[in-house]
Amino acid sequence: MASTSTATASEPTRRDFLFIATGAAGAVGVAATLWPFISQMGPDAATIAAGAPVEFDLTPVAEGQIVKLFWRGKLIFVRHRTAEEIKEAENVDVASLRDPQADSARVKPGKAQWLIVYGNCTHLGCVPLGHEGAFHGWQCPCHGSVFDTSGRIRQGPAPTNLPVPPYQFVSDTKIQIG
Amino acid sequence: MSAPSTYVPKSAVGKWFESRLPIMGLLHSSFIVFPNPRNLNYWWTFGGILSFMLVAQIVTGVVLAMHYTPNAKLAFDSVEHIMRDVNYGWLIRYLHANGASMFFIAVYVHIFRGMYYGSYKAPREILWILGVIIFLLMMATAFMGYVLPWGQMSFWGATVITNLFSAFPVVGETIVTYLWGGYSVDNPTLNRFFSLHYLLPFMIAGVVVLHIWALHVPGSNNPAGIEKKTEKDTLPFHPYFTVKDALALVVFVMMYIWFVSYIPNFLGHADNYIEANPAVTPAHIVPEWYFLPFYAILRAIPDKLLGVLAMFGSIAVLAFLPWLDTSRVKSATYRPLYRQFFWLFVIAAVGLGWLGAKPPEGGYVLASRILTAYYFAHFLIVLPLLGLFETPRRLPGSIAEAVLGKGGSAAAVAAGAAQSPNTKG
Ligand code: HEM
Ligand code: FES
Repeated sequence: MASTSTATASEPTRRDFLFIATGAAGAVGVAATLWPFISQMGPDAATIAAGAPVEFDLTPVAEGQIVKLFWRGKLIFVRHRTAEEIKEAENVDVASLRDPQADSARVKPGKAQWLIVYGNCTHLGCVPLGHEGAFHGWQCPCHGSVFDTSGRIRQGPAPTNLPVPPYQFVSDTKIQIG
Repeated sequence: MSAPSTYVPKSAVGKWFESRLPIMGLLHSSFIVFPNPRNLNYWWTFGGILSFMLVAQIVTGVVLAMHYTPNAKLAFDSVEHIMRDVNYGWLIRYLHANGASMFFIAVYVHIFRGMYYGSYKAPREILWILGVIIFLLMMATAFMGYVLPWGQMSFWGATVITNLFSAFPVVGETIVTYLWGGYSVDNPTLNRFFSLHYLLPFMIAGVVVLHIWALHVPGSNNPAGIEKKTEKDTLPFHPYFTVKDALALVVFVMMYIWFVSYIPNFLGHADNYIEANPAVTPAHIVPEWYFLPFYAILRAIPDKLLGVLAMFGSIAVLAFLPWLDTSRVKSATYRPLYRQFFWLFVIAAVGLGWLGAKPPEGGYVLASRILTAYYFAHFLIVLPLLGLFETPRRLPGSIAEAVLGKGGSAAAVAAGAAQSPNTKG
């Protein structure tokens, strides 16, 4: 008996081998099965395909008006800013902002009248109301975040500015989002 | 589930069955002869009420699911179809919607009962933690159920609550995208919420079984907060507690049916009868009443991540209650100071609920901050210190003595007095 037990201790048995081989195959199998179950939670092909670029004609948007549109299921504000609103957005000490960004970095050169930003509050996603709040940009009805005429966060719980979606001017009066 | 079964089937078929699956014996020992402390008051009837409400939600829910369509384009209309076209659809939907509120009324009473009488203390810590898990699952279930009618409150509630996860650094945005199955709350979100809303109540039922199993190891706590020692301290479950539970249940169900019959929309929001519109947020978005205290805590903190952590923390802290309360005396009846702090805590919790429905401005914000601080102080400062400084009142020697007075059992008094701490807890 003594000799058998030393043999088991020093030399791996068939059972040790089966245990490790089965365990390893099982672990790989579980990991490989888990992945599709996590991945299916993500955006599906149709949702991603809906992210194709959309064109938007700016001509009907009057000065001072804010228009809402959707891209990839996300709300976007197109705001035709007045000269006064532009001035207000530019005359801000950038360093004093919570999420410091100059107005010029948020619009296209020479197109300062067009502000295009995502329309969901960066706090918890509500739609802020236009032309409201102390900074004349937006105010969020949910927890009171206040954005200026550049869509930058000025007061309240939201941590960042309303982000600018990827877009470009395809002509003087037409933009392409995406 | 713990007492050895004395059950003997009467019929031959019963004997044949019992020797193959002893389930009748299990039920008999758990709910017929199970010895309960004889002094249980009506606050102990809410466990039975909760079990009833879970079954009521499952029955009404399964029926609703036969008529409901989980698709963003059709969901709202299918709920209106239930309300107008399906025979008694309005009744079944109102039973389900108000049933959720009744379920939460009962669970809050049940939790406060546990806090008042120290039911979370040894040897019932696992029982308590299972309860906290049930509470969490209930909140997840109710939240996802509220999304299903796809009204304005459904949509914006879903948006705000799922966005809470975006507060976590680095992985936050990815988590939210995977919760939504897209870039905003939309059809994929509604579909998965329906699937989970159907599943979770059955998971709750599973945890309830564990909860009752853990309960039947030591048996129920009781208003005196001392353990049962002799048979004199107890009464069999049936008929004493079956009747008591049934009476309380009938009164509770009358209140439930009163809501359903006379004010079926009182606890809801008119905005949820407007179909979801991703371009417009209602002016006042408020969660269902049972989430308001936690919502107030979220809004009290001016930082997004800290607000979210405080909200989750306010629930998580409950799980640690057995170790935060350092007093060995269970029942507040024998803890003169704790009893006062308990009521202060109730006032703070209800106050937070009231503030959660108010707009987040001015004095409301300040009040929410003070009550949030107090909420956490109760668990993290008051309870640990109280156990060290409070002098509890003298405990009765036994449950029988607590009920029947000194004469109840001379022997039990002597035995109990030697064990019960009558100095600092
Ligand atoms: C823990 C138990 C449950 C709770 C707390 C709960 C809660 C809720 C809530 C709050 C609503 C929204 C009611 C409204 O305003 O219209 C809802 C809707 C719904 N629930 Fe449940 N539920 C539970 C169990 C179930 C089960 C087991 C099913 C079975 C499939 C179900 C199916 C539905 C359906 C189809 C709806 C949408 C119809 C409607 O809005 O009335 N529920 N649930
Ligand atoms: S979602 Fe806008 S302030 Fe909270």
